[in-house]
Amino acid sequence: MMWIVSALVVWAAGSWVNYRLANGAFSATRLVKLAVPFLFGVTIIAVWEGLVRGLSVPHVILPPPSAIAVRFAASLDILWVDFVQTFIKGAMSGYIIGCGAAFVIAVLIDRSPFLQRGLLPVGNFIAALPIVGTAPILVMWFGFDWQSKAAVVVAMVFFPMLVNTVQGLAATDKMQRDLMATYSASYWQTLIKLRLPAAMPAVFNGLKIATTLALIGAIVAEFFGSPIKGMGFRISTEVGKLGLDMVWAEITVAALAGSAFYGAVALIEKGVTFWHPSQRG
Amino acid sequence: MMRSVLPILTVVTALVLLWYGAAISMNSKWAQDQAARAGLDLSFTELVADTWSQDRPRLPAPHQVVQELWKSTGEMALKGRAFSKRSLIFHGWITLSATMLGFVIGTGAGILLAVGIVHYRVMDMSVMPWAIASQTIPIIAIAPMIIVVLNSIGIQGLVPKAIISAYLSFFPVVVGMVKGLRSPSIDQLDLLRTYNAGTGATFWKLRLPSSMPYLFTSLKIGMAASLVGAIVGELPTGAIRGLGARMLTGSYYGQTIQIWSALIAAAILAALLVGTIGLIQRATLKRMGMQP
Repeated sequence: MMWIVSALVVWAAGSWVNYRLANGAFSATRLVKLAVPFLFGVTIIAVWEGLVRGLSVPHVILPPPSAIAVRFAASLDILWVDFVQTFIKGAMSGYIIGCGAAFVIAVLIDRSPFLQRGLLPVGNFIAALPIVGTAPILVMWFGFDWQSKAAVVVAMVFFPMLVNTVQGLAATDKMQRDLMATYSASYWQTLIKLRLPAAMPAVFNGLKIATTLALIGAIVAEFFGSPIKGMGFRISTEVGKLGLDMVWAEITVAALAGSAFYGAVALIEKGVTFWHPSQRG
Repeated sequence: MMRSVLPILTVVTALVLLWYGAAISMNSKWAQDQAARAGLDLSFTELVADTWSQDRPRLPAPHQVVQELWKSTGEMALKGRAFSKRSLIFHGWITLSATMLGFVIGTGAGILLAVGIVHYRVMDMSVMPWAIASQTIPIIAIAPMIIVVLNSIGIQGLVPKAIISAYLSFFPVVVGMVKGLRSPSIDQLDLLRTYNAGTGATFWKLRLPSSMPYLFTSLKIGMAASLVGAIVGELPTGAIRGLGARMLTGSYYGQTIQIWSALIAAAILAALLVGTIGLIQRATLKRMGMQP
């Protein structure tokens, strides 16, 4: 009973503070803008803890955050091994190969308007398909280890990246291209000095979309078979053993890795496309 | 529109040719091994014919997949067994129903939350950063857990998959709809204020209509995400029904043609669903006088 009451009290207090902060005089400051979502997150976790303990929810249904944190701290070595297997070996290598190949092919087909008109609709169509479904096939082709996960990631990131890059390369005005022509710039000079820089916002849009897809692909592919390590492997086996605290610990790692990956790409974008209006808020 | 038909056809033809070529190179090892064991020497035409007609090829040729698709959909439907367990229509229907239920729940809740976020500052400040952050994390990772946990409290079948579909479509719709409901310009909002319009009138007459393009874009994303959710939701429990289950059993027994036909069926389903939303979008926006 104590736990339930305190959970409700924390909820009320958190909401009240957030309400005051959001409608207060300093609501536009940076500090408050960070504090409000932070408080909201902390409140959710506190209410979760209180309700799980107060209603004595079995741990096999929903473990309290404290149990997850304890498990997280106790199995750092396993989590690290899984992280290396899934993220560094599977997701990162696939991400680099897939995005790199898509970028190069986009630059190549950019010379032919015919191919562009053909590939853009097809690429858009394929990007909307459930490509994770190729996972069982690719696992069969490339074996259980990280190579098959990287292959799934390549299949998932390729078309979104291709479509974004092709659109980005088309982003220059006629005026700008004419200016390069009056300088008698060659194709490659125009490409490197004008069109690639102008394409960067769209390219980074594709890169950012691909970060999430890469992690999804690497994790889901492990559901179809993997060596005895990896985040997807751990999630599916621990779920089978009802070790839900470990599952939540892996999910925490996935969430941290996903947002750090996205954040890193966004940071590079900020450096590269500092000139773009969206970066000069 | 018409002038892009030829390029698209060219690209598609090139892809199919590539597929046939890949089938030759990927299946030739098996064909050569079989021939060597039988003491035969394959000519090139024999090799090609063999690689395109194996029972369990590493990569089935397109016509094998099309035949399997027809065998498990049209042919069974003609025999009046469209909903037997061996028919892809049956498995597709299982997946489709979970997708649709999840899609309706997810987008409905997403639109409601977006309305709340646009009108209440505290919700905007506390929830919106989390909704955006959720786009960067692979939330699909909790799919197996949802299936097993709900299973342990006695909920099985359609609902767990629909929940996965719902939460996968939820966040993209929230983010898209908040953008859409905020898309009216200051001028337009000021005009309504000079008419002394209340929050409700502003919402129904300005915010909601001008959010329509954003709504349809996010519905398309949400639909694709729902389908992925339903398929992934069928994987971890050893489910026996649904397109995801067909892929899984296919990969257990090395039935590559079955995996490919399930995959193509999922792709067709995705194309139909997203295409339907696209049609509704065109009709609605045209009727509202907007450029689609």
